[in-house]
Amino acid sequence: MSEQFEPILVGFTCNWCSYRAADLAGTARVKYPPNIRLVRLMCSGRLDPAFVIKAFAEGADGVLITGCHPGECHYLEQNYKALRRYLLLRRTLEQMGVEPERLKLVWASAAEGVKLAHEISTMVEEVRALGPLDWPRWWNENGFHAVVEEQAQEVTA
Amino acid sequence: MKKQTEIEGKERIGVYVCHCGTNIAGIVDVEDVAAWAEKELGDRGVVITRDYKFMCSSLGQELIEKDIKEQGLTRVVVAACSPHLHEATFRKACENAGLNRYLCELVSIREQVSWVHTDKVAATAKAKAVVAGGVERVIHHEPLEALHVPIHPATMVVGGGIAGIQAAIEIADAGFPVYLVEREPSIGGHMAQFDKTFPTLDCAACILTPKMVTAGTHPNIKIFSYSEVTNVDGYVGNFTVTIRKKARYVNEELCTGCGICQEKCPAKVIDDIYEAGLGYRKGAYIPFPQAVPKFPVIDKANCVFFERGTCKACQKFCPTNAIDFDQEDEYVTVEVGNIILATGYDLFDPRQISQYGYGRLANVFTSMEFERLSNAAGPTNGEIVLRDGVTKPTSVGIIHCVGSRDRNYNNYCSVICCMQSLKFAHLVHERTGATVYNFYIDMRTAYKEYDEFYQRVLEEGTLFVRGKVAEVTDAARLSIEEGKLIIQVEDTLAGVQRRIPVDMVVLSAAMIPRHDAHDVAHLFGISCSANGWFIEKHPKLDPVATMTEGIFIAGCVQGPKDIPSSVAQGAAASARVLGRIQQGEIALEPVRATVDQSICSGCRICNNLCPFNAILFHEDRMVSEINAALCQGCGTCIAACPAGAITGTGFSNEQIFAQIEGLMRVNFQHEKMTELA
Repeated sequence: MSEQFEPILVGFTCNWCSYRAADLAGTARVKYPPNIRLVRLMCSGRLDPAFVIKAFAEGADGVLITGCHPGECHYLEQNYKALRRYLLLRRTLEQMGVEPERLKLVWASAAEGVKLAHEISTMVEEVRALGPLDWPRWWNENGFHAVVEEQAQEVTA
Repeated sequence: MKKQTEIEGKERIGVYVCHCGTNIAGIVDVEDVAAWAEKELGDRGVVITRDYKFMCSSLGQELIEKDIKEQGLTRVVVAACSPHLHEATFRKACENAGLNRYLCELVSIREQVSWVHTDKVAATAKAKAVVAGGVERVIHHEPLEALHVPIHPATMVVGGGIAGIQAAIEIADAGFPVYLVEREPSIGGHMAQFDKTFPTLDCAACILTPKMVTAGTHPNIKIFSYSEVTNVDGYVGNFTVTIRKKARYVNEELCTGCGICQEKCPAKVIDDIYEAGLGYRKGAYIPFPQAVPKFPVIDKANCVFFERGTCKACQKFCPTNAIDFDQEDEYVTVEVGNIILATGYDLFDPRQISQYGYGRLANVFTSMEFERLSNAAGPTNGEIVLRDGVTKPTSVGIIHCVGSRDRNYNNYCSVICCMQSLKFAHLVHERTGATVYNFYIDMRTAYKEYDEFYQRVLEEGTLFVRGKVAEVTDAARLSIEEGKLIIQVEDTLAGVQRRIPVDMVVLSAAMIPRHDAHDVAHLFGISCSANGWFIEKHPKLDPVATMTEGIFIAGCVQGPKDIPSSVAQGAAASARVLGRIQQGEIALEPVRATVDQSICSGCRICNNLCPFNAILFHEDRMVSEINAALCQGCGTCIAACPAGAITGTGFSNEQIFAQIEGLMRVNFQHEKMTELA
C-alpha cells in the first residue's frame, strides 16, 4: 500500500434496510474499502447526534449515516427525524470547525447492497481528499487524553 | 464525558472467532485476531479467546457452552457472520449454558469484512476493531427477558390466486380460521384464465376449480372478494386489519348466483381483466362461470342506471331482490395473528417495445391473449384465430423473453416463458396444423418433465430460431410477404439474418411486479427488491418469511414462478403460520424504550415523535410514560430526550458509545494502518 492517508469512517446503519444492504453487499461479494466500521442501530431515528460527535472525538475522519428510503421506514417515518437531525448536525459541526462533508446521510434499502458499497467507496475517497480530521485528539501516544493532559501540565507548571 | 473504557471491566468475557471454512479465514487472519483479542483486550475482561472452523456447528456451540460453565463467563462475543443469520444460534447456546441470551453479542466479520474487502492486512485490522467494538459493547449488556405475546389463531391471506388458495386451504384444514381477501370479484387469479398447464397439459380449470370450491365452501375460510386491505395495525400475533369491501350492489345474503342479472343487463363492455381485452362482459357480471364466490358485481362505471338514472333491469328481474343500488363500500376490521401475501404479478405491457408492433399490428398477441384464445371457455371457444375472429393462421411466430432478460426492461428471467411458449407451440400445432416458429435466446426447461416436453414439441415439428427478434413489421419486400407479419431476426446459430413471414405473432411477455407492489409492501411493512418483488427473509433458507415478523409471502410476489412452485410456496407459508399458531405465543425482542420518571421534565418533546402513539403523558404528574406493548423499539425518543430520561434496552447510549470506542481502538492513528500494510 502506498503512503496515502487512510481515513477511518464510522457508519451507522438501521437494522431493517441499510444493515441488510451491507449484508447483501457481503453476500454478493461487492467490494468496498476497509476504511469503514459499521454500528447497527434499530432505526436511523435512534441516531443520537452525540453518537456522531463521539465518533469524531474518538478519531473518526468521517461519519456515514444510513437509513431506509423516505416512505419506507420500518417504523413508518423515523428516518425523516434522522434527516432533520442530520441537517442540523451538519450546521453545528461546521461551527465547531468540522467540514460538513465529513458527515453524510445516505438512504439504502435492503436491496441496495451495490449502492451502499458505492456510497461507502465514494465517501472514503472524499474524506481521503479532505485529509485527517483536524480536531484535538482525545488520545496521545501514551493513551491519555491529549488536551486534558496538556492542560494538566499547564496547571502544574 | 467519561470514556466507557475508563470504567474497569468486571466481566469475564469469552471471544470466539469463526473461520467459516475459508469464507472468513481466507481473508482475515483469524488466529491473529483471536491472539490479539486475548492480549489487547485482557484488561477489558476477555479471559478466553478461541478460533474455530465453524462456530455455528454443534461442536462450535458446545465449545461456548463448555467455556461458560467451566470458565464462568459472564459475556460472550462471537465474531462470525451477520447477526441476522446466526444471532439466535449463539444466544441459544448461551441460554443452554445458563447465561442470559442477551449477554451475547454477534459481530459480523464475514458480510462486513472478509466478503467485501480484498486487502488481507487491512481486513484483519478491521476485524480486530469490530471485535473490540463487540467486547466494549457487550460489557454494557444487561440480562433481558423476551416479551411473550399471544398469537391470534386467525390468519389473513391476501390474494386469491393459486398460491393464496393453497395457503388458505392448508391452514383451514388444520382447523384454524382464515380470511382470504381478493381484489377481483372472484378468486382464481391468473390460473383461472389459462387453458392448459405445462408440461402435462391438464386443463387449468379442471385442477383449479375444485380448489376454488373447497376454499369457497370451507367452514374455516371466509372469503372477502372484490375487497382490498386498507390498513394494517399491530404486530406479529396481533394484527388488526381493515378491509374495504367494495360495493358490488348485490346483497350477498340474498343472491343465489343464478346469473339472471347478467343476462338481462343491457350494458356490454370489453373485459380487460379476465378476457385480456379479447371478449366482452356485461355491466352486471360474474367474471367467469366457475367464479367463487358466485355473486355478480355491478360495475358502477359501466352501469346504465348509474350513468343515466334509469334501467334497473337487473333489479326488476332478480328473483330474490338481491340487487341493492344503495349499497356502499363497507369497512370490516378483523384480528389476525399472521398474514400471508400472495398478490401475484402483472403482465408486462409489450406496447413498450414498439418494434414488436403490439397494439399497432392487429395480429400480434400477448401471451395472455393467446391463453384466452386457446381456452375452450374463452371468447373464441378455443379456436385459435386471427384478430378478425375467423381466419385460422397457417404460420405462427412465438417470441420469447419479451421484456425479460433485456436490460432495457427487466434483467431477470421470467421463468415460465420458455415452457409457456412450448405449450403455445404445441396447442397451435394440435389445433391448426400451422407452422410454428419459436424465437428464443436460451431454452430454459429445467424442472421435472419440462425438458421431455421440449423434446416432444421439437419432434412435433416446431421450428426453433435462436436469436433476439429485431422487429415485427407488415412492410413487405417480397410478394410472399404480402399481407403477412414479417419477423426480422438474426439466427445466431446459422449466423444469418432471416425474414420470416407469419400470420400471427405471440409475445411471451414478462412477469412484472404488481403495479402497486410498493404500496402494498409499505402497507404491510415489508420491502421490495430493486425490481419490485417482495424480499424474502433468506433467498435459500427462508423463502416465504419476510423481515417483518408475522408477514409471509407466497407465489409470484416473491419473483416469477410457475404453478408448482407457487403451490409449494403457498403450502410452505401456511406451514410456517401453523407452526406459529401451534406455539400459541411468540417471543419478541425486548428492545424497548422506558422513561425514568424521576428525570423526566415533562417537556413532551418525545410525545409527538412516536408514530405508534406509545408515549402517554400524565398531566397530573407532568411526566411521560412509554407503553411497552405499543413501543416498537426504534429509539427515536431516546435520541431526542434532552434530559436523557429515556433509555433503550439492547441499544442504550452506553452500549453504542462503548462500541464506537472499541471500533476506534485499532488503527486510530492513521500511520499505523499504513505501517501494517
